[in-house]
Amino acid sequence: MRLWFAILALMAAPVLAQQSMPPAPYAYTQLEDPALEAEATELMETLRCLKCQSQSINDSDAPMAGDMRHQVRSRILAGESPDAIRSWLTQRYGDYVSYQPEVSSTTWPLFAIPLLLLLIVGGVLFTRLGKRRSDKGTE
Amino acid sequence: MRLAYFIPLALFLFFAGLAGYQLTQPKEQNVRSQMIEQPLPEFTLEPALEGMPGVSRADFVEGQPRLLNIWASWCLPCIAEAPHLERLREEGVEIIGIAVRDRPEAVADFLNRYGNPYSRIGSDDISELMLEIGASGVPETYVIDAAGNIRYQHIGDIRADTVPLLLEKLEEVR
Repeated sequence: MRLWFAILALMAAPVLAQQSMPPAPYAYTQLEDPALEAEATELMETLRCLKCQSQSINDSDAPMAGDMRHQVRSRILAGESPDAIRSWLTQRYGDYVSYQPEVSSTTWPLFAIPLLLLLIVGGVLFTRLGKRRSDKGTE
Repeated sequence: MRLAYFIPLALFLFFAGLAGYQLTQPKEQNVRSQMIEQPLPEFTLEPALEGMPGVSRADFVEGQPRLLNIWASWCLPCIAEAPHLERLREEGVEIIGIAVRDRPEAVADFLNRYGNPYSRIGSDDISELMLEIGASGVPETYVIDAAGNIRYQHIGDIRADTVPLLLEKLEEVR
């Protein structure tokens, strides 16, 4: 019986049910130069997979993500800078494809509001503490 | 109690309410191409099957506006859109196909079963053209004007009510 299960398990080939095309050359192959590969990985971790949108292309096994990794690696190999590759993609897919937020006309409040809040809190603390100290002084 | 003490609570309730409301709203899943109104990039794709020509940028320039249809034999919605593509062809629209990550035998089999509305089919094995034009899935259909500019993107399969829309867009860019 157990042997039977083992044979059945061998026959189940879920991988074959997926697309049978070989992946792009650099989809699952690292660059030979470790420095270049590190550069590519750093970039791939901050690019969104368009198929499974909460993953980075570095994490995703979607065929589209593999094709995007191929683009990143082959462009890095050709000497393109990570920033140039990121903007090549944002030109085509918009800011959404990048996980690295940029200051732009729509995102500036995200950067400005925390600063503003810190300033307000600092101001309030300063006046309160200053007041308490001067209260003590008059006691 | 000073009224000002309630400001943080009010702010908190406002943001909690906003987040709660957004949770009930459907999320836009599609990533739209930012390449609309941009020229189609230079590219050359090998034929996706024997007996049909491949596709390059030059095939879109001159004459009339065309449709660029991104599909694949492994894509189920592509079966659903096949009859509607056929209708567009009958209306005199030239449809240029791009088969994504596909094998020649599978492409031929698909065309035998569901019809062939294409004038030419290029094979995009590693999503090269898809990434160039900002396509994020299969199927997608683009309206390309006679000067080779991308003018409109339809995401997902073409349904009966998409056909007049695409015909209108093609007329608009003529």
